[in-house]
Amino acid sequence: MTAPPAAGATADAAPAPRAGGRRPGLPPTVRYLGGRVLTALVSLLAVMVTSFFLFRVLPGDPVTALTQGRAVTVEQLEAMRRDFGLDQPLPQQFLDYCLGMLTLDFGTSYQYRVPVSDLILERLGPTLLLAGTGTLIAAVLGLVLGTRAGWRRGSVMDRVDTGVALTLWSVPSFWLGLLLIVLLASGAGLFPTSGMSTPGVTGPLNVALDVAHHMVLPVATMVAVVYAQYMMIMRSSLVDEAGADYLTTARAKGLRDALVLRRHAVPNALLPTVTLIFLNLGRVVSGVILIETVFAWPGLGSLFYSGLRVPDLPIVQALFVVFAGSVILMNLLADLVYPLLDPRVRT
Amino acid sequence: MARSQERPGRRAAAALAALKSSAAAVLAAALAALPAAPAAASPDSGGGEGDTLTIAVSQPVDSLSPFLAQRLISTTIHRLAYDYLTNYDPETNETIPALAESWETTDEGRTWTFTIRDDVEWSDGRPLTAEDIAWTYTTMMEDEGAATANGNFVANFESATAVNDTTLRIELAEPQATMLALDIPIVPKHVWEDVEDFGAFNNDEDFPIVGSGPFVITDHRANQSITLEANDDYWREPPKFDRLVFRYMPEKDAQVEALRAGEVSFIAELTPAQADALRETENIAVNEATGKRFQAFTINPGARTQDGEEFGDGHPALTDRVLRQAIMRAIDKDEIVESVYGGYAEPAGGYIPARYENYHWEPDPDQALSFDVDAANEMLDDAGYETGDDGVRVSPDGDRLELRLHVHNDRPDYVAMGRLIDERLADIGIEIDNQTVDPGVLSDALYNGTYDLIFTGWSVNPDPDYVLGIHTCDALPVERGTMRTDAYFCDEEYDRLYEQQLANYDDPEGRAEQVRQMQEILYEEAVVNVLTYADTLEAYRTDQISDIQVQPDPGGNIWGQDGHWAWTSATPAQTQAASGPSVPAWALAGAGVLALVAVVGGVVLLRRRSATAEDRE
Repeated sequence: MTAPPAAGATADAAPAPRAGGRRPGLPPTVRYLGGRVLTALVSLLAVMVTSFFLFRVLPGDPVTALTQGRAVTVEQLEAMRRDFGLDQPLPQQFLDYCLGMLTLDFGTSYQYRVPVSDLILERLGPTLLLAGTGTLIAAVLGLVLGTRAGWRRGSVMDRVDTGVALTLWSVPSFWLGLLLIVLLASGAGLFPTSGMSTPGVTGPLNVALDVAHHMVLPVATMVAVVYAQYMMIMRSSLVDEAGADYLTTARAKGLRDALVLRRHAVPNALLPTVTLIFLNLGRVVSGVILIETVFAWPGLGSLFYSGLRVPDLPIVQALFVVFAGSVILMNLLADLVYPLLDPRVRT
Repeated sequence: MARSQERPGRRAAAALAALKSSAAAVLAAALAALPAAPAAASPDSGGGEGDTLTIAVSQPVDSLSPFLAQRLISTTIHRLAYDYLTNYDPETNETIPALAESWETTDEGRTWTFTIRDDVEWSDGRPLTAEDIAWTYTTMMEDEGAATANGNFVANFESATAVNDTTLRIELAEPQATMLALDIPIVPKHVWEDVEDFGAFNNDEDFPIVGSGPFVITDHRANQSITLEANDDYWREPPKFDRLVFRYMPEKDAQVEALRAGEVSFIAELTPAQADALRETENIAVNEATGKRFQAFTINPGARTQDGEEFGDGHPALTDRVLRQAIMRAIDKDEIVESVYGGYAEPAGGYIPARYENYHWEPDPDQALSFDVDAANEMLDDAGYETGDDGVRVSPDGDRLELRLHVHNDRPDYVAMGRLIDERLADIGIEIDNQTVDPGVLSDALYNGTYDLIFTGWSVNPDPDYVLGIHTCDALPVERGTMRTDAYFCDEEYDRLYEQQLANYDDPEGRAEQVRQMQEILYEEAVVNVLTYADTLEAYRTDQISDIQVQPDPGGNIWGQDGHWAWTSATPAQTQAASGPSVPAWALAGAGVLALVAVVGGVVLLRRRSATAEDRE
């Protein structure tokens, strides 16, 4: 989020250090990088503190929620409360929480009674696989279609492509997922209806094929719903470039239209899309909660959902920090990569 | 010149093309998996030899440790993998021998001596003896972590000892009638005595897990599936399917589709609409069972602690029993059954659902607080509740009858019932402030006494002791906010009957009569108001399961039984191997891949062509 304004600001400020040289010890690049890293750390700290209080405001008591509808004695309830550390005063809980976070000890899940870090690691793979593949395909598809549409703005193809993309963008992923299941899985029998693997399948190749087969529908759902954002960004930034003088020059010197597009227009129009991709890479970790739920995909999104329902405080706190942290991290990376992509940001 | 200029352009083009082809490659790889997949489509080829029964479940497993597991999915699996002291008969729900062959009581019901079967083996070949049972119970009495899930069952135990390999003696502090309803899975001492922290041990590392039940847990993939293999040496009749797979599928509609596709053989907890749709489907049978659960709302008669300290802000007029009864008379249970459950429910009588014939109580038609708006209005008129100018009544103390109704926003049936109650109570001059909220908000309101009417519901076990116990005065909170039940009910006569039935270990008929009297008190006091017993709706594929035991029989359920009966009795259908759709799936898949390649290739070619054509102009 901070990248675009930073680009302008740093570009404006660029002459100042050269002229004045206020801090001779710190080269501008280091100051730029240091500033970014510091901002990221402060954000992360704020997220950690927020996470603790945010979920304690949630209504409901984890112990009563976990024992809902079950025969339990008062002693059992007290023992659970003590076990979870919920009998401690709030400041003490906060202190324990902070110490835990700093040592990457996220505590033990109330409902599953295993360390939260184990749960997260276990679920990270499936989420990265699903959301990562989905984001990659969506980005590539969006870039290609967006370039096509932007270059021939107003053509029938542009209108059709844009119309289709925006229609899919506004379709609820939950509904589209179910529709695909009804049509292609239980209807035509082409794909499994849900899950990530078939129990009992062994051998690395078979397992890979099995997982890939299970992935088709969830990935297709995700791509269909999200590719529009890449396409629209790419399209509009290409339209912005379309009237630029350097393109006229390129054409004037006799370059073919396709070359003008590939060599001159696209590289310049790519910048905003790259920012978007980076921001979305951060969100890959938080997964696609609804799609994971419809397709019973064992990822972080469904873990978060199951944690929220209790509320299983250690799970939701840790995931909140991980989700926010990965967005912050990717933001930081985008800031760091920007100078490489755009000379104007270099100082 | 032109050539040298073209090079960087080529590179860009190549990069784009590479991107395109990588996308295509991913898609192609995904689709290429298809030929390998028909195996996935039919449940019987999931792995290994023999018949596999796949069951869709809506919850992930919380723990495989019998000391910790609280969710229905986990306790269901434990009923398959472990044995219990006694079981419930599949047809009648009555207690029958299991590990205990016989039993006798001495010392006025304080001492129970069980004779344990001598022919039961653990799945690792070691014999199961009284020592294993005594150790399981004693561990729960002594270790707080081991008491997490089932500590309530041993709360009244003084000691549990193995006199010899086939004799178990349990000494009680007070006589209790629930000694034959101990839902505690018995674990092997020789495996479990090395466990250091029972509160953290999840029993999911060493597969197969040593047990003595009709199935052995052989695999667990967290949040995906649990696999059990049949125990062919089981001391009862061994299961007919060779393998059970419980697949976690959180989305109900996706479960329905998986059943249609034949990927799973059984799904539970259907909505009426889903049941109606599946009823029409070939090779699928819908099982409509009488419910174990009741749906109810409680009225706040004034929240208070055990010491009588009042708290909360319940409407003061609700302390009046006449008003509470009038509210019940204004509600049409038949209307709820029809419009909320589409007929898949029974209008409720007493607190214990009708499926437990022994304990169920029905009000006498003359004294019934049955639906009668005129009678309800008359009751309120007589008791001095005058109707105000705005059509809302005012209590004799001058309080306007505007009541809050707390509804769980995650329960569509409660939400629909809430709307009906809004309308019906308007008929007798009561205005409802409908608060459809998150269950967490709702339980906060309950525990702080800041509610008037609130929805609730319990699943009732064959032994009703627990659901009766939560309405004794002892269940009132010690201090504000520590409640463990769902109503601030306290009645001396009710408590006296509760104590009597609990101590009534040798007269089942007398105990049942006491339980029925307790329900009459609950009904008359109109604090805990049961509206319906909703049916349990479930469906299975008849081309995969030819026969399955319901409990009770007839009219009972398959999922959530008190026992392992459904899954040991399930019989594979002969036609199962010939799973129809798998062959066409091959063909379709191949055609799909070809079509996709053709389309992608075509688009690429066309684009190339048009690009060069335009450039040539």
